[in-house]
Amino acid sequence: MNFLNSLISGLSLGSVYAIIALGYTMVYGISKMLNFAHGDVIMVGGYVSFILTMYVGMNGWLALLVAMVACTILGILIERLAYRPLRGTGSLAVLITAIGVSYFLQNSALLIWGANPRVFNSLFNGMKTIHAAGGQLTITPESLFTIIANIVIMIALTLFVSKTKAGKAMRAVSEDNGAAQLMGINVNQSISLTFAIGSGLAAVAGVLMCSAYPVLMPTTGAMPGIKAFTAAVFGGIGSIPGAMIGGLLLGIIEIFARAYISTELSDAIVFACLIIVLLVKPTGLLGKKINEKV
Amino acid sequence: MAERLFKNIGSRGLKGAVKGSEYRKEAFISYGILLIGYILLQLGAMTGLIGRNLQGQFVPICVYVSLAISLNLVVGISGELSLGHAGFMAVGAFTGILVAKILERSMSINPLILIIAIIAAALTASIAGFIIGIPILGLRGDYLAIVTLAFGEIVRNFMNVLYFGFDSNGKLRFAFNHTIEGVDTSDRIITGAIGATGVTKMASFTAAALLTAFTLFVVLNLKNSKQGRAIMSIRDNRIAGESIGLEVRKYKLMAFVVSAALAGMAGCMFGLNYSTLAPVKFNFNTSVLILVFVVLGGIGNIWGGMIAAALLTVLPEALRQFADYRMLTYAIVLIVVMICTYNPTIKARVGLFVDKFKPKKKKSGKGKTGKEAA
Repeated sequence: MNFLNSLISGLSLGSVYAIIALGYTMVYGISKMLNFAHGDVIMVGGYVSFILTMYVGMNGWLALLVAMVACTILGILIERLAYRPLRGTGSLAVLITAIGVSYFLQNSALLIWGANPRVFNSLFNGMKTIHAAGGQLTITPESLFTIIANIVIMIALTLFVSKTKAGKAMRAVSEDNGAAQLMGINVNQSISLTFAIGSGLAAVAGVLMCSAYPVLMPTTGAMPGIKAFTAAVFGGIGSIPGAMIGGLLLGIIEIFARAYISTELSDAIVFACLIIVLLVKPTGLLGKKINEKV
Repeated sequence: MAERLFKNIGSRGLKGAVKGSEYRKEAFISYGILLIGYILLQLGAMTGLIGRNLQGQFVPICVYVSLAISLNLVVGISGELSLGHAGFMAVGAFTGILVAKILERSMSINPLILIIAIIAAALTASIAGFIIGIPILGLRGDYLAIVTLAFGEIVRNFMNVLYFGFDSNGKLRFAFNHTIEGVDTSDRIITGAIGATGVTKMASFTAAALLTAFTLFVVLNLKNSKQGRAIMSIRDNRIAGESIGLEVRKYKLMAFVVSAALAGMAGCMFGLNYSTLAPVKFNFNTSVLILVFVVLGGIGNIWGGMIAAALLTVLPEALRQFADYRMLTYAIVLIVVMICTYNPTIKARVGLFVDKFKPKKKKSGKGKTGKEAA
């Protein structure tokens, strides 16, 4: 039973990672940049939803929706103001700018909301925890909804990318930026859309994560951001199913390491697994092999 | 387009390095900056023009300048993105502290202890660099970056559970949890997440500046050697390098290990500059900070990185008057500077403007290289 409980919380944590990793992986796929500010968008999403429910008295679900809209706008703004001027100048320059944006978001949050940790009101406060197998197996509504949300998002996103025109445009841009432009695809719009989707999902991840681990601080997003980035690489960066598998595996490994090996070393174990995976499959679990041309 | 741009800049950088006069110029400027900076800061401290707060930053400035130089070896000269430089720094710092603690029991000449500690730090950090370098250098680009990130986090995590102390016989013992066999709580020298405590401050501005000079010496000479040119040619075109018989892994590993050893030495100096040192000092943000120096100074441009490191270490101190807005201002400065230095349109305009006053300014773009574009 202990095993099953761990597995469920691992899946739940992994789902959060997977949703965040989607933002990383899509942005990487389309603009070949590591958006280190993504983790901090999660934090902003958490704070917006927190302020709305605590001080405005808004319904949690409505607040989630507003947070999503806010983060979507934030994502588009970040791309427009900070990343677009540097497009085509090489990934390192954009990487540093992304780090600058990350500092900016963290310190803005520090100024606006203060350094004190806030206790987040769970989105699922009224709901009951499910007890199964004679009370030994517990499933919190948080984990249940996180896992469901992950599955729904994953299916919706896969359909969006493969079936709709905008999704196809996104794939075309990530395949070959220049050729896509020649085919009449609006590259700027596609990239903005990717940032919008990624940031909107970050807000969802933020609210879900803060519901399960209810502490909100300006640095709340940093570590999950790095972990989700790891998850994206784990699954093969650029691949949507890869992000899901990577995220879930990472969450499960982390929880099991915490439960059975050592709490303090759980991060080290997660990262060691990543290194081992990359040694065996250098482009991640589902990553495409890139052939080098002379 | 970007690909062509990279190759173009890359080959320019290589040609520049091959020419002896270019090398001499780079060395002249780099050592010159170090010497002038050292003299100015010393004078400032002696005449009291530089406040106590800033004087406390002298050793960190030298340490960060050294780190920027050594990271430039990996990022600029070898063309690999590394996000785990603080990991090597941590290995060096904690080795240095341990060695210094042991030696202190039998020796009393601090400078000698410092030198031995630094050598030990270089040794362990290079071993760490070797262990992590061998398997990962086959990886490309961002995958290598994430593994170095992972390495940095693993090191910090291990430091968090590492406990060292002397037992009653004066023997060094260690454990991975709070209680070390036969060691009193008060005799512990490294205690997990709290880190090292009661460290004797051995670092001085002069020692740190000498270390920076040594780092500069190693990196500049490596860059200008046969091996350095091999490393740079692999950076510019891996396949071409392979086809003329260069052992890619060997040269990449060489740059990586040398860089790790130098980072360990700088870390040791950093560790012996404070009475307490927590592993959290060496987190991902520190690795990123060093990378920021390198990129802001112009990737591959050694003296550019030195200036960036010095300025950005002082900047938070100088921004103190902005109080709460300090780090926010720092972030904005960072973004604006990045956009201004790298955006093609703005760069051209700023370049024209600067050229009016200082025709040599354009050179700063020279050493920049992209990562392997293919």
